[in-house]
Amino acid sequence: MDSTYIFLQHYWWFLVSLLGALLVFLLFVQGGNSLLFCLGRSEEERTMLVNSTGRKWEFTFTTLVTFGGAFFASFPLFYSTSFGGAYWLWMIILFSFVLQAVSYEFQSKLGNWLGKRTYRWFLVLNGVVGPVLLGAAVATFFTGSSFIVSKGNLTDGMMPVISQWANGWHGLDAFVNPWNLVLGLAVFFLARLLGNLYFINNIRHEELIVRCRRQLVTDAVPFLIFFLAFVVYVLVKDGFAVDAATGQIVMEPYKYLHNLLSMPCLLVLFLVGVAGVLTGLAKSVFSATYTKGIWFAGAGTVLAVLALLLTVGYNHTAYYPSTADLQSSLTIANSCSSKFTLKTMAYVSVLVPFVLAYIVYAWRAIDRRPITAEEMREEEHTY
Amino acid sequence: MLESIDVSMIDWSRAQFALTAVYHWLFVPLTLGLAVIMALMETLYVINGNEFWKRTAKFWMKLFGINFAIGVATGLILEFQFGTNWSNYSWFVGDIFGAPLAIEGILAFFMEATFVAVMFFGWNKVGKRFHLASTWLTGLGATISAWWILVANSWMQYPVGMEFNPETMRNEMVDFMAVAFSPVAVMKFFHTVLSSWIVGASFVVGVSAWYLIRKRERELALASMKVAAAVGMFAALVTAGTGDQSAYQVAQVQPMKLAAMEGLYDGGTEEPLTVVGPVKIPSMLSFLATRDFTGYVPGINDLLGGGFKQPDGTVALSAEEKMENGRKAIAALADFRKAKEDNDESAMGIARGILDKNMPYFGYGYIDEPARLVPHVGTMFWAFRVMVGLGMYFILFFAVILFFAWKRRLSEISWLHWIALWTIPLAYIASHAGWIVAEVGRQPWTIQDMLPVNAAVSRLTTGTVQTTFFIFLVMFTVLLVAEIGIMVKAIRKGPEESR
Repeated sequence: MDSTYIFLQHYWWFLVSLLGALLVFLLFVQGGNSLLFCLGRSEEERTMLVNSTGRKWEFTFTTLVTFGGAFFASFPLFYSTSFGGAYWLWMIILFSFVLQAVSYEFQSKLGNWLGKRTYRWFLVLNGVVGPVLLGAAVATFFTGSSFIVSKGNLTDGMMPVISQWANGWHGLDAFVNPWNLVLGLAVFFLARLLGNLYFINNIRHEELIVRCRRQLVTDAVPFLIFFLAFVVYVLVKDGFAVDAATGQIVMEPYKYLHNLLSMPCLLVLFLVGVAGVLTGLAKSVFSATYTKGIWFAGAGTVLAVLALLLTVGYNHTAYYPSTADLQSSLTIANSCSSKFTLKTMAYVSVLVPFVLAYIVYAWRAIDRRPITAEEMREEEHTY
Repeated sequence: MLESIDVSMIDWSRAQFALTAVYHWLFVPLTLGLAVIMALMETLYVINGNEFWKRTAKFWMKLFGINFAIGVATGLILEFQFGTNWSNYSWFVGDIFGAPLAIEGILAFFMEATFVAVMFFGWNKVGKRFHLASTWLTGLGATISAWWILVANSWMQYPVGMEFNPETMRNEMVDFMAVAFSPVAVMKFFHTVLSSWIVGASFVVGVSAWYLIRKRERELALASMKVAAAVGMFAALVTAGTGDQSAYQVAQVQPMKLAAMEGLYDGGTEEPLTVVGPVKIPSMLSFLATRDFTGYVPGINDLLGGGFKQPDGTVALSAEEKMENGRKAIAALADFRKAKEDNDESAMGIARGILDKNMPYFGYGYIDEPARLVPHVGTMFWAFRVMVGLGMYFILFFAVILFFAWKRRLSEISWLHWIALWTIPLAYIASHAGWIVAEVGRQPWTIQDMLPVNAAVSRLTTGTVQTTFFIFLVMFTVLLVAEIGIMVKAIRKGPEESR
């Protein structure tokens, strides 16, 4: 395989990982929503919370959609194998996001026959289901899934399906492995933690913010437990490696630890990321006036998740391993698009910094003044 | 081989895609159309400094927001469904089809998502001009999004710019520009987006007419009607022009679709265009399809039987012959793989030769009987007539509105207000009829001549797909009822200041 093609595969795995990492950061919207009834004691407080995440939910949603689109364009075999196979896992995630998407706009409008409370519970539902299931789905990158890929099927019969799930659970089997749930819960508590930090940054309301800071500790403890447990598990477990000589997938003890040690940049990225999350957390817990924790923890989240996703994709590793048929496992080399498509898309990706720049610009324009109770009363367009 | 087709699962998968697409398309045209109208109104505000236009723009933006949210919600599932329910499709053509979807996300969705937030929350936070730019960029984002998804859809109707790679068992892109600017895509973009402006314009005119019937918001209603009718008139004319061009393209690249649209079983030269029943315009179909009043238009039986001379001079194959060639292509692909495993270079070369020769018919190898190649004629025939008939009606409708606006009598003509109100559902019906023609007419193909639905689906059970179908049906119906309720209340309430 020529080196340009190999570079493009790595470049696109990097971009998909970056989108995934940004998505996990932006799950602060979901984490914050899961705390809606727990933090918001009065109607006024709940309105502020909903409006705080309500000005950002589109970014999370769009990142999810773009993550899907970019994955489709760059690694179509993952798209067909995982989405078509782990059907229920993805469908449940999608259902929850569909409900979330209307809930902001509809909840306070006249004539909403489901009632404000129902829409808010939709937000809570998405706030719990979204992070837990997305986390569990990502965990299968390390733990494996039960599927078989056989391209030869294309010449076989009238319904020539290439990728098949090897059991009838279609993705719900992810919950049989408790480690998938462990990462799901780690992502869930991380999202709540980030949600709290965003509220602290975005809302000016003394009692509510005191409660957010208290809640930070409540979410930080389970987050650290689940996260560290998963990290330790990944570092000591056997990993799905690609034998460079034969192209065969083999089990390699301590594969992910080896990956981090042989790619020290990723190790540094990961440690800096974790340090960022802990710094943002600690400063916000120990200072009653500090509001910038979200930026430390948010950037830390992006770096740490990016490092984890790169670890599972780079260095001759199968990023979507199959436990039903080891040789069906997906690697960035066997599941990617053609060189031409990756190259064309790489040209398009040059526009990404421009997109990021206008997002930052618009974000700052809207968040320049924090949300206050007065604004909620005076602003015309509130949820 | 027949036993291996789970027909009910395929049909439920098609039904689910159709259901979710129909629901999504209830909201998209209004987003595209209203975006232009409210941006024009805000532009008038920024230019003239007249607060009236600000108030008017804000009112329509409120309705835009209600519609936008549910449009976003229903759109999410469409993208992911290519993977969940059409996984074989995703691999077989993902190398080409994934790119426009990714570009749509990167270029269009973020633009929409970023600036829609500024549009709604930025009135008191950003300057007038930045706000106006945000409103236009929201609409531009939606329109760019339409471009890329219509590029993807056009490619399914008219696949270009790719080659089949037997090594990877998929089609691979070789010419991005051919995909991104295919003539079918360009025409489809203008036809679809401009016809969406008709929906937006009809909505604004209709809602305004309701205010006139109720004798309230007179100034807002009349001003909105004028702006919307001007947009609607322009859009209706462009839609008619691009519609004619689209039909000509269909005749060239999807003759079976055209035959079904016309209910034409036995074609010929100097074919008349059926209006309805016995009413026919002599030689018109020949002219529309070939730009020649004596041109030959094949019917369904001709297309299945073959033997007629095609526009490129070659003689058309029969369906049976195409199916036979398709089976040869699939068998050659199997031979190629076998030879590759055995490292038999010469056998690989022979298989490759047979495959390349028969590749244009590859998809036909998955068709078990010629009758499957015919889309549902009754649906096509009537959907086409509804679309075209209403398309003509909109030109007349907007012309009448503009005429009375010019005569300054718009507020007096009460019968016109009622017609305008009832034109709102007609616009939606026309828009959906258009998609029915495009998509039902493509059956049984997911990609014309290349991949039929039975070779494109995921391997799921019928029960699984039925379950998600009904979940979507219930969820989207509940949300639609909620949306309509909220929309009606918001219209009844009117602009903020008039409370």
